[in-house]
Amino acid sequence: MSVLSEKVITRDWERPNQNTLAGYKANGGYKAAMKALELPPAAITDEVKKSQLRGRGGAGFPTGLKWSFVPSLEKNPKPRYLAINADESEPGTAKDRFILEKDPHLLLEGIAIACYALGAHTCYIYSRGEFKYPSAVLDKAIAEATADGIFGKKLLGRDFELNVYQVRGAGAYICGEETALLESLEGKKGWPRLKPPFPAVVGLFGCPTVVNNVETIASLPRIFEKGAEWFSKLGFGKSGGTRLVTVSGAVNRPGTYEVAMDTSLRELIYDAAYGQGLPEGRTVKACIPGGSSAPVLTGDELDVKLEFDAFKPLQSMAGSGGVMVMDDTACMVRCLWRVSRFYAEESCGQCTPCREGQPWMARILRKIEEGRGERGDLDTLLGVAAAVAPWPPIGLGTTICALGDAGALPVQSFVTKFREDFEQHIRLRRCPKGDKPWGVFGDFK
Amino acid sequence: MKQGASTNRPAMSDPLFTPDEQKHFDAGIAELLSHYPVDRKSAAMLPALRLLQTLKGWLPPEGLKLVASRLETTVERCYEVATFYVMFHTKKPGKYVIDVCTNLACALRGAEGMLAYLEQKLATKAGENGEKYFLRETECLASCGTAPCLQVNEDHHESLTKAKVDALLEKLA
Repeated sequence: MSVLSEKVITRDWERPNQNTLAGYKANGGYKAAMKALELPPAAITDEVKKSQLRGRGGAGFPTGLKWSFVPSLEKNPKPRYLAINADESEPGTAKDRFILEKDPHLLLEGIAIACYALGAHTCYIYSRGEFKYPSAVLDKAIAEATADGIFGKKLLGRDFELNVYQVRGAGAYICGEETALLESLEGKKGWPRLKPPFPAVVGLFGCPTVVNNVETIASLPRIFEKGAEWFSKLGFGKSGGTRLVTVSGAVNRPGTYEVAMDTSLRELIYDAAYGQGLPEGRTVKACIPGGSSAPVLTGDELDVKLEFDAFKPLQSMAGSGGVMVMDDTACMVRCLWRVSRFYAEESCGQCTPCREGQPWMARILRKIEEGRGERGDLDTLLGVAAAVAPWPPIGLGTTICALGDAGALPVQSFVTKFREDFEQHIRLRRCPKGDKPWGVFGDFK
Repeated sequence: MKQGASTNRPAMSDPLFTPDEQKHFDAGIAELLSHYPVDRKSAAMLPALRLLQTLKGWLPPEGLKLVASRLETTVERCYEVATFYVMFHTKKPGKYVIDVCTNLACALRGAEGMLAYLEQKLATKAGENGEKYFLRETECLASCGTAPCLQVNEDHHESLTKAKVDALLEKLA
């Protein structure tokens, strides 16, 4: 089995006062950034490329490559920005919140490195509106770092100005999509933009902008402390480092864990260090591996590594590390309805297939779950889903952003893999699980 | 009507802010505007609306007009943003806004039962905005490993049980 040889992100979470500047500095904090800033900016980007760091927000895009899309100052003299995506809202995902709460300076140190490499003098951290406590911890950390002279006119004593601001969202899932996030940062409703142009070329206020996830940027201090090669070797295949995953649902010990990239879903669910399995007699019926938009897997598909490329043969994705486990007594229709209802609620309303399709799918699912399903409903459901985004493969959506795909993929994967459960509802004209559709931990006690 | 008259009309009823609130608001807006390029004042929309809501508990029409004038934008833009994001209240909410996550990870740990329990204890229905309680279903609160969860006026509570919910409700006078 895979072993987590060294912790990266969670290494210092248990140290006293780790979320204060004094506590962070007592443990060598900001030394990695000092080291990194001795390199020319282009060399910093090269190190990040070498480390095989990939975006932890869901897409797994190589971070150094993303940075290299920012045009040179000669080509585009406009200011450049770094935007940190802390709008963690993909159902099943709960990791960035803990970085903000437990080790905010790790993120800020990463920001210092990234902004210096990118030539960005302003960084906005866009955090979830619902994150009252994590935001307060982060605000305090920014204020401490600014008062200490880490940020401001002279970043870590260098002739480089950097100002860091937190902007809190206000409850819109869509603002985690990078272009919607930029719209929201500009003070607008979160309607995604057409790409291209990509944010690296035309981003915030029309200027070159890099948008990176919290966990991604929080990995940078370790990369420059211990070296790109160390980080790359810690990982697996083309995915450097470790990753944070959250296992929830029908496991005995739900929670957020740092795992090695070659840890399998089965290990995450059953291992004593992680989920500790299901209660006696229960088995995994279904598992959503990477946030609710990732196509569902069956209990027979758990021997897959949590690394970014491993899910491709299964036509699913590692996504944002939100692993949701459903046991053999949970109702698949009810589970999918909850997921569908979410995308119906959160569709921003800009593109017709998504605005109309997501609520349509949710309505059909509710109808089937309530015993009013008819023959033909499943074909309609799959037809609507395919019109929003056919599956497989992933990535053929008909909408401006991936929210369309995110709502269509679960529908197609659930109905395809658990079709008999759906048909049984229609045949019986009721949910076979009756008033206990949520499985082994589904009762509120 | 002169252009801009609608945003500059003085309040007909009581003043929007107490002197203290006014000071807080003015200082807050000045600070926020310093975070953005000088020609991008309207970028401060979300934080400015949050500031207003923190002071008043919701976004009253006169307040939205004030935000529009300070950010040099239109009141329509303010409404467009205020109504897009669920955390902004353009109608005065009950004293306690209780947001219950009923998404999949929480539902698998009893969230539907918790919502029903709250409806019964508070004698209200999810989605109904009463004077004391505004109980509503919300989407995933990034607390999936510590489900089920809810927020009361944005304060987060997790790993909930009937006993914990009872204790929590007792504190809401």
